[in-house]
Amino acid sequence: MVSHLLSKFLHSGLVTLAGALALAGPALAAGGGGSFQQPANNDVSNVASLQRGARNFVNYCQGCHSAKYVRYNQLARDLGMTEEQVIGNLMFGAAKPTETMDIAMRPADGLRWFGIAPPDLSLIARSKGANYLYNYLRTFYVDPKRPAGVNNLMLPNSAMPHVLWDLQGLQTAVFEEEEHNGVRQVVFRKFEQVSPGKLSPGEYDEFVRDTVNFLDYIAEPMKLKRQSLGILVIAFLLVFGIFAYLLKQEIWKDVK
Amino acid sequence: MSAARTGAVTTAGTGRMARFIDWVDERFPLTAMMKEHVTEYYAAKNFNIWYVFGVLALVVLILQLVTGIFLTMNYKPSAEDAFASVEYIMREVEWGWLIRYMHSTGASMFFVVVYLHMFRGLMYGSYKAPRELLWIVGMLIYLALMAEAFMGYLLPWGQMSYWGAQVIVSLFGAIPVVGDGLVEWIRGDYFISDITLNRFFALHVVAVPLALLLLVVVHILALHTTGSLNPDGIEIKEKKGPDGIPLDGVAFHPYHTSKDLVAIIAFAIVFSAVLFFAPEMGGYFLEHANFEPANLLKTPDHIAPVWYFTPFYAILRAVPSKGWGAFLMLASIVLLFLLPWLDRCKVKSIRYRGWQFKVALLAFAVSFVALGFLGLQPATEKVYVYAARFFTLVYFAFFLLMPLYTSRERTRPVPERVVYHGHE
Repeated sequence: MVSHLLSKFLHSGLVTLAGALALAGPALAAGGGGSFQQPANNDVSNVASLQRGARNFVNYCQGCHSAKYVRYNQLARDLGMTEEQVIGNLMFGAAKPTETMDIAMRPADGLRWFGIAPPDLSLIARSKGANYLYNYLRTFYVDPKRPAGVNNLMLPNSAMPHVLWDLQGLQTAVFEEEEHNGVRQVVFRKFEQVSPGKLSPGEYDEFVRDTVNFLDYIAEPMKLKRQSLGILVIAFLLVFGIFAYLLKQEIWKDVK
Repeated sequence: MSAARTGAVTTAGTGRMARFIDWVDERFPLTAMMKEHVTEYYAAKNFNIWYVFGVLALVVLILQLVTGIFLTMNYKPSAEDAFASVEYIMREVEWGWLIRYMHSTGASMFFVVVYLHMFRGLMYGSYKAPRELLWIVGMLIYLALMAEAFMGYLLPWGQMSYWGAQVIVSLFGAIPVVGDGLVEWIRGDYFISDITLNRFFALHVVAVPLALLLLVVVHILALHTTGSLNPDGIEIKEKKGPDGIPLDGVAFHPYHTSKDLVAIIAFAIVFSAVLFFAPEMGGYFLEHANFEPANLLKTPDHIAPVWYFTPFYAILRAVPSKGWGAFLMLASIVLLFLLPWLDRCKVKSIRYRGWQFKVALLAFAVSFVALGFLGLQPATEKVYVYAARFFTLVYFAFFLLMPLYTSRERTRPVPERVVYHGHE
């Protein structure tokens, strides 16, 4: 059904589903046609969530994706863990806590296996945004035409396999053809669960939220520090400003 | 009366300090310079908020120079290491993130204050005789600033750094005959490469900052020769008291310095709000795609220069031919240089000028902002393309029709003295 619609759509010579979704994704969501995008609502000040996210990251992502600008001991400091806890829970190889979260997999192998080297994830939340990542990890669906057997709504024809499938289970996507201003478009309708995962949909969303939260944190580890420093700096400037203004008034008082 | 307007600095007495100053003065004109440019430089007392942006530009320049020096201590100008060294500064260098965000926020804020400073000049006729050279030197500063910003933007070696540079450098290819050779000469390679990065680094940290500093000194010397104008567009030098001090002038120090200090603090608060709470400024100050390392094989879907270049980028794209687009873009900047001669009106300040100039200036300001917005949008939407053409037309009409509409203006009488309501 899905593949039939897809091929029909592709043959119709209109914009590809990929293009349509990539360009008009938010508009579609707003239009109610295929509202699958939801805000990540993550919070980088939630240390427990960051710890769970770190666990998720090292267990599910770090097999293929490095975070080569992130140091383990920095994680320990920021996530309120001792170095021993980090070694015991987050480090599986022979790496030392002073090292970065690099991986042994060579980019050339990734290129051969997936057709694209899995990108380093240190800054992915800054280039793509937390909301994108949250929706990306939630919208894998079964597509036998893809090498990995799954496709993705946020990144159509993504090369990444659905590594979280045993947690989320497998879902198919239902598309429908619609006419908008005389242009026929294929629009995402809904997901249908094919097989259940180990987690309930609610638990899975939480799992993804924690993971994205961790990615958001490693993209800019100083975020909380800069905000708290910012309040002090602005408070100082306001007080300084009052005195500077009074000084100016005093100096100018005789100018008629 | 005059006592209230002069600088407060005196070197009376025969103390050790005074004797030391005397010793210096016999060898270097220290006191004379202090008097000429600071304590006895008289500027109008009726400056409004539009008159703070020059000082703020100077403050940002110093900030950029100082933070830039610290960034070079850890930045590596090579295609292999540049991106990683920026992340190293952000994550591992003590306070590196603060210095880098100051520099990246400063780059955008520099253009904010410079654009406001230039608009002030347009409103109050600061470019008119005898300030033509002052205006031209200011325009040269603006050009140097654009070069500085453009080359600095390549240094983080992100996707937008790379492809933005690719697009802008290739514009020189539109020049007939020598274009292609010129592009190759600028890049030092057949594409933007490690070699380009290295030379842009040299130009960004040494050559252009030196030129900028020199031009700023010339700009200030020219300003202090003609004297600062004011919102009424009146030459305060023409009405002097018996002491030889302009009746409407107050000494730069302590009057304008104390006022500028308040402005600098207010500006620092805005600056800090961006730096500490929105350093990316929603992708306008730091573009999202630039957090991905430069990839020669992957062109981003949508290449947009940083916001301060987008008005000119929109003009470039508004024209279907690349050659003419590049020509118009160049012309849009060259015309600014000619402003002192395009404007035929004798009255300087917008306060006393006719409706023609007021309407034209408003249309120009709207078109500049609109072009800035359009330059950020993908060029695929037809409506954006037509809008860009319309506003390009308005932009050029402002300059090209200026001799016509400014010579027909019905101006209002300019008062003898500046309008100022003293402190109660």
